[in-house]
Amino acid sequence: MKHLALATGCLLATQAVAETPVLNVYTYESFTSEWGPGPQIEAGFEAQCGCDVVFTGVGDGAALLSRIRLEGARSDADVVVGLDTSLMASAQATGLFAPTSASADYDLPIDWTDETFVPFDWGYFAFVANVGEDHPASFEALAASDTSIVIQDPRSSTPGLGLLLWVKAAYGDRAEEIWQGLADNIVTVTPGWSEAYGLFLEGEADMVLSYTTSPAYHIIAEGDDSKEAVAFDEGHYMQVEIAGRLAGSDQPELAEAFLQYLLGAEAQGVLPETNWMYPAVLPEGGLAEGFAQVVTPDKALLMAPEEALSQRDGALAEWQNALAR
Amino acid sequence: MAERAGPIGRAAGCAGGLAVLALLVLPLAVIFLQAGEGRLPGPAEYAALRFTLWQAVLSALLSVLAALPVARALARRRFPGRRLFVTLTGAPFLLPVAVAVLGLLAVFGARGWVNDLLGALGLGSIRIYGLHGVVLAHVFFNMPLATRMLLQGWRAIPAERFRLAATLDLPPVQVFRLLELPMLRQVVPGALAAIFAICLSSFSVALILGGGPRATTLELAIYQAFLFDFDLGRAALLALMQSGIVVLAALVSLRLARMDGSGTGLGREMLRWDAPGGWRRGLDAAWLLLAGLFLTLPLLALVLDGIGGLADLPARIWPAIGNSLGVSLGCALSTVALSLALSAPMARWSEGLGLLPLALSPLVLGTGYFLILNPVIAPGRLALPVTLVVNTLMALPFCLRLIAPAWARAEADHGRLASSLGLTGFARLRWLLLPRMRGAIGFGAGIAAALSMGDLGVIALFGSPERETLPLLMYRLLGAYRTDAASGAALVLLVLSFTVFWIFDRLGGRDA
Amino acid sequence: MLELVNLTLEQGDFRLEADFSLPEGTSAALIGPSGAGKSTLLAGIAGFLPPRRGRVQWRGEDLTRLAPGKRPVAMLFQDGNLFPHLDVSRNVALGISPRGRLSAQDQARVAQALERVGLAGYGARTPAELSGGQQSRAALARILVQDRPLMLLDEPFAALGPALRAEMLRLVAELRAETGATLLMVTHDPRDAERIAEQIVLVAEGRAAPPAPMRALLDDPPPALRAYLGGEGDFD
Repeated sequence: MKHLALATGCLLATQAVAETPVLNVYTYESFTSEWGPGPQIEAGFEAQCGCDVVFTGVGDGAALLSRIRLEGARSDADVVVGLDTSLMASAQATGLFAPTSASADYDLPIDWTDETFVPFDWGYFAFVANVGEDHPASFEALAASDTSIVIQDPRSSTPGLGLLLWVKAAYGDRAEEIWQGLADNIVTVTPGWSEAYGLFLEGEADMVLSYTTSPAYHIIAEGDDSKEAVAFDEGHYMQVEIAGRLAGSDQPELAEAFLQYLLGAEAQGVLPETNWMYPAVLPEGGLAEGFAQVVTPDKALLMAPEEALSQRDGALAEWQNALAR
Repeated sequence: MAERAGPIGRAAGCAGGLAVLALLVLPLAVIFLQAGEGRLPGPAEYAALRFTLWQAVLSALLSVLAALPVARALARRRFPGRRLFVTLTGAPFLLPVAVAVLGLLAVFGARGWVNDLLGALGLGSIRIYGLHGVVLAHVFFNMPLATRMLLQGWRAIPAERFRLAATLDLPPVQVFRLLELPMLRQVVPGALAAIFAICLSSFSVALILGGGPRATTLELAIYQAFLFDFDLGRAALLALMQSGIVVLAALVSLRLARMDGSGTGLGREMLRWDAPGGWRRGLDAAWLLLAGLFLTLPLLALVLDGIGGLADLPARIWPAIGNSLGVSLGCALSTVALSLALSAPMARWSEGLGLLPLALSPLVLGTGYFLILNPVIAPGRLALPVTLVVNTLMALPFCLRLIAPAWARAEADHGRLASSLGLTGFARLRWLLLPRMRGAIGFGAGIAAALSMGDLGVIALFGSPERETLPLLMYRLLGAYRTDAASGAALVLLVLSFTVFWIFDRLGGRDA
Repeated sequence: MLELVNLTLEQGDFRLEADFSLPEGTSAALIGPSGAGKSTLLAGIAGFLPPRRGRVQWRGEDLTRLAPGKRPVAMLFQDGNLFPHLDVSRNVALGISPRGRLSAQDQARVAQALERVGLAGYGARTPAELSGGQQSRAALARILVQDRPLMLLDEPFAALGPALRAEMLRLVAELRAETGATLLMVTHDPRDAERIAEQIVLVAEGRAAPPAPMRALLDDPPPALRAYLGGEGDFD
């Protein structure tokens, strides 16, 4: 009898699962990790959608976009979370994404008008250093100093690409000259953010390219206020992280609902202290205290997606020329 | 007279060879088919090619040069702890790249032990970044391989010749000229080619320690083609270039050298009574000491660094360990099976085929498999099996180098007896080959298991949340600012890699 | 009857011809200078060296295309007659069948053979744990269970001392008498030949001569044999 009951139970459970719609969300690796926002957002949305959210983590933003392009129209993905404005024009050009009506009253330093992608969090790129040392306050001062830095390779990492565009946005035609000046400050160039940040923590360099919000992690999660982001006079390039839904999705309503949820108070409240970025919509109670200590740049730099795409290859060539000497 | 392979052996070799070829060629073909508009490799890629070749040549030369005095000292000296020495100094070869770089930095980095020492002595400081850093890391990885290959060469010189040299009271210079130099002419080209091929596909090491775009390797150019430009055609072309160079290197080395890499272990060695004393003894000791420090200090640093992080490890370390063990054991099994198949024909073509994957680009292979699977099944579901396939290909050249000579030797030594008794097919495998090759199989399986354990492989590309391996967990910890826990994971990875290697090697019943 | 019909064997530049027959049940010693091709001839008969021309026949049946293990031949080599990684019982048992499991009957046969060669109770030892003489006995035990009508010995006892060698040859002679096998044996020592063989096959100058009766040949050796025997020409 007991066995029969058990078997029936299993059968019912399987049926229940089979009837539950599945929402496939592709994102970058650290978003979906135990310490990232993924698990909480999954639980939160599942509680209201009656669906099963499945996150798939793929490398970083660039790898994520490659993955979507490789899968093409056949992709299982319903939603992609974690591209950024540098990749947005390429993503748009694939024609794989569908317009969305999800929106919110954004607290962004820029206006958001795009109808395909929604911004869910953002931050400023910045060099992070140890508190108490004397740090140069601009790229030119950095080039003139003997401060050592670790950066990421723009060809394999999103922050690396961000830095490339940062220098280009700030200096335009002088970018190559700035890079030439920086060449002797650069200890090394790593494949991704993790390696660079690890090298910095090991003391291999005075500063590392990261985000203004990185020190907030050390303050809030580790009670360590020895790290700070250095404010640069040129202003700081922004990274705006975006999400979109795929045209080939078999769950368009769910995908739409998920994007809206991502912009809602619950998900936005999770992002700052898991993804360590500013939320696109500030929560009512404001941010945790650790964020108050974070530098706020006087000037935000950001290229429009199309401009970022058109400037990219030229900026990379300048970077390679300047550093390959 | 050694038996030639029978029809079964040839069939097994053909099947294995076809499998290897298909696994290498199909992904490339699929990528070419799907490639859209792109551009041909240009000056930037040719610069990358030049740097890649240059660093690989330097790394191969220096690895072998550094290994020469060490292998010689090991061949002719007996000292307590020699076996432990051989085991420990073999370790870096099995180390996951990302882990090894951490260890090297702890010793040679800006705040590393060497700079601490130099600072205390008031001697300025060294910088590890640049071509020299890349080469240093490659020597760290590959000197153990070179040492083992050379040591095998020394052991292959019949003891009688050293005995003869001793009775003639030949001076060391003559011993070198008459006995050792001919052997080195045989063994050195193979060692150079193997290490050259391994270093060709260097990615992380070259990038992290290279110091900037000067140190752009072909593999990085492949990444760029994929991730930055999404130019599949160029990525596949570059991968083809990389493999072409390896084929050339393999052909040259096969032509120059025919290694009698006997399966005999490194531990049971005859006493060498010709070993010169005096200052030469001191010099040998100095070489061993230096090599020992160079190869083991980074390991020690990893252990010291990781112990503190063990407590921070999340509970999911356990499933990650389980997945990694599964991939690792599976890889050991499939690599040995494939090596056996390719050894069966006892022919150069099959051994040559087995060397092809040496310079595989995991990114290109993974992407190819992805494109093949995508129309059929969601590739993420097959993340572990695909990782297994890629890891098997990666470990095959090393495993085959051990098993093929052992097979040939078993046939040469006992093949006639087996044939006269009518031992064919399975009976021959069971009663002659497997028992005679046990040592080589254990060793080869150990290498495959350890290499596979530490490899991040293509699993990151396939992205599959429930199938987390240990290296992937380590990367995730790093990506989430959890540096201490990542060090702990690195230590677990290190210990696990060496343990599986050690167990397999013991199962083979082979001395260190 | 073993027949070598116009047999030509080639190994590199070396060439050996043989064209003779040996009646069943006889025993012949192959004698001749070093490098004359005695082992080559045995290898040809055993199937390790495909003939350039001609054929090997046993009881009228052509063996030339048969694999070594399929021939009615049991052979002992100069060395390496036992697998070092298997124990003595297993080594002997492989003479019965290469299959893994042994029937009780097979086990009894192995034990019997070991007892016959004086190695009762040694079954569990590995070859390395045996003396040289014991290893030869173990190999003979396997020959015994192989039960093939044609025995080829390629100087298997060369490394043993004179007394031990004589003992082994006596054992071979006894076994041959019990089984009625035909024997072809390479030797360097005419005394060894005399102990066991009735016929002599002289191998010299690229040719294996037809068997001739032992006594007649030794009493009046042809020039090639005389040159080979040297001072020992009149050894008794």
